[in-house]
Amino acid sequence: MTYAIEISDLKKRYDSGFEALKGIDLKVEKGDFFALLGPNGAGKSTTIGILCSLVNKTSGNVSIFGTNIDKDFAKAKKYLGVVPQEFNFNVFETVFNVVVTQAGFYGISRSVAEERAEKYLKQLDLWDKRNDQSRMLSGGMKRRLMIARALIHEPEVLILDEPTAGVDIELRRSMWEFIKKLNEQGTTIILTTHYLEEAEQLCRNIAIINAGEIVENTSVKALLKTLNQETFILDLDTSLPNGWALPGFSVVMSKDASTIEVEVIKGQSINAIFQALDAISVNVVSMRNKSNRLEELFVKLIKG
Amino acid sequence: MKNSEIWVAFYTILVREIRRFTRIWPQTLLPPAITMTLYFAIFGNLIGDRIGEMGGFSYMQYIVPGLIMMSVITNSYSNVSSSFFSAKFQHSVQELLVSPTPNWVILMGYTLGGVARGLCVGLIVTVLSLFFTHLALESLFLTILVVCLTAIMFSLGGFVNAIYARSFDDVSIVPTFILTPLTYLGGVFYSIDLLPDFWQSVSLLNPVLYMVNAFRYGILGVSDINVYWALVIVCVFIVVLFGFGLRLLNQGKGIRS
Repeated sequence: MTYAIEISDLKKRYDSGFEALKGIDLKVEKGDFFALLGPNGAGKSTTIGILCSLVNKTSGNVSIFGTNIDKDFAKAKKYLGVVPQEFNFNVFETVFNVVVTQAGFYGISRSVAEERAEKYLKQLDLWDKRNDQSRMLSGGMKRRLMIARALIHEPEVLILDEPTAGVDIELRRSMWEFIKKLNEQGTTIILTTHYLEEAEQLCRNIAIINAGEIVENTSVKALLKTLNQETFILDLDTSLPNGWALPGFSVVMSKDASTIEVEVIKGQSINAIFQALDAISVNVVSMRNKSNRLEELFVKLIKG
Repeated sequence: MKNSEIWVAFYTILVREIRRFTRIWPQTLLPPAITMTLYFAIFGNLIGDRIGEMGGFSYMQYIVPGLIMMSVITNSYSNVSSSFFSAKFQHSVQELLVSPTPNWVILMGYTLGGVARGLCVGLIVTVLSLFFTHLALESLFLTILVVCLTAIMFSLGGFVNAIYARSFDDVSIVPTFILTPLTYLGGVFYSIDLLPDFWQSVSLLNPVLYMVNAFRYGILGVSDINVYWALVIVCVFIVVLFGFGLRLLNQGKGIRS
């Protein structure tokens, strides 16, 4: 089977002696929506940097759609579109030129580049800004410009390195709708993000990297199944009586006793909570997870 | 990449470079025009009249080829050094690095961008000089050949400088402390025949002397040195600098971690 990305025993030691990657193995299937998660300095950006040739690897093998980067990096690069963490376009160029110029670096003729630039700038709501210098754009627009630029050569794999950092909620949602559509059309998406609920909602498969090593690599579904305990917050319509307890559960009450946090261990039924509250005629107005489920697993895995 | 794609990539870099220096023309094209006009007025007209002839020509006629060459050298060099360093500084060089554009195409694109600015400024200075004196043209072919080779050589030098530069200071150190003295001592304003023997020999170590004199030979038909040697030296420098610049790019020096 040919994978979109296949990494084996990838190592990176910087000149300072810091070992950013200690021999990682990773496979990303074609058409996947894949999350690469990890704390700051874990090796995510180094991995992405090696994939797109901004970082020289120390050893190991990397193949993109079956093309080994050591044998034909130019061909491998054509499969990739990269949206980096930091803005990296010429801020004095117009929006249109940023995108069209990038197409030129891939050998795409001006006429085709202009057609595609119009298509992607319109899809990303930047067409009206096409003649503005890119430095005049807002932060969210700059992010979208980098997405349009990364798509101009219509890559098979789109790598997004924390694309929603500092982007407001509305824009983040519209950005994800756009990326989801791309994925549905067949583009493989690789995402790094600090917003773990995004990874949980969007991604099918996940790898967690810590201190240069992959500590987990599985499907999001399988990972969430390993969660042993969840904490739910329940808002109640009246305050609970003094000394109220829920046998078998650990409960923390708010000061006015109208909100409770209940820890539910794997195997316990949430119904028992509702039954106990129903017995004293207290209704649950709303219920939510205290923290994102993936976040709980992430913290657990990182702390080892 | 196919040949047609390589051509598109090269053309894209070149057009972007030309667009850059024409967009900021008050910083790139205007200053040399003003500076050289002052040189022509002060050194050529005012002081030159008192100096008399040099190499069988009026002083104004003698210094014009040197001043044109000085503009070409400075502008070719600084175009590439500042453009590539700016791309490094604002990380926009990554746009090229993630693309399949071969490194030799990147190097040629930037170099030809520098040549374009050098020739553009050279042409402006030449036109301005015609307001002060008339220029005979001994050999159009040699004149164009020398100016193009010189622009290529100094563009490549600017590229190597930009690769090593870590701050804007590093970009200005070489032009200020190396390029300007070499140019001033490279026979722009005088014939090395005026120097004592020892300093004549020292001057022969200055590569700029060969370019200025070869260019002057192309226009006026006089030179302090053998023109063919000058062409050989410039070509050797071009080959060495191109090879060195390409090696640095392949290693990712200063641009890849």
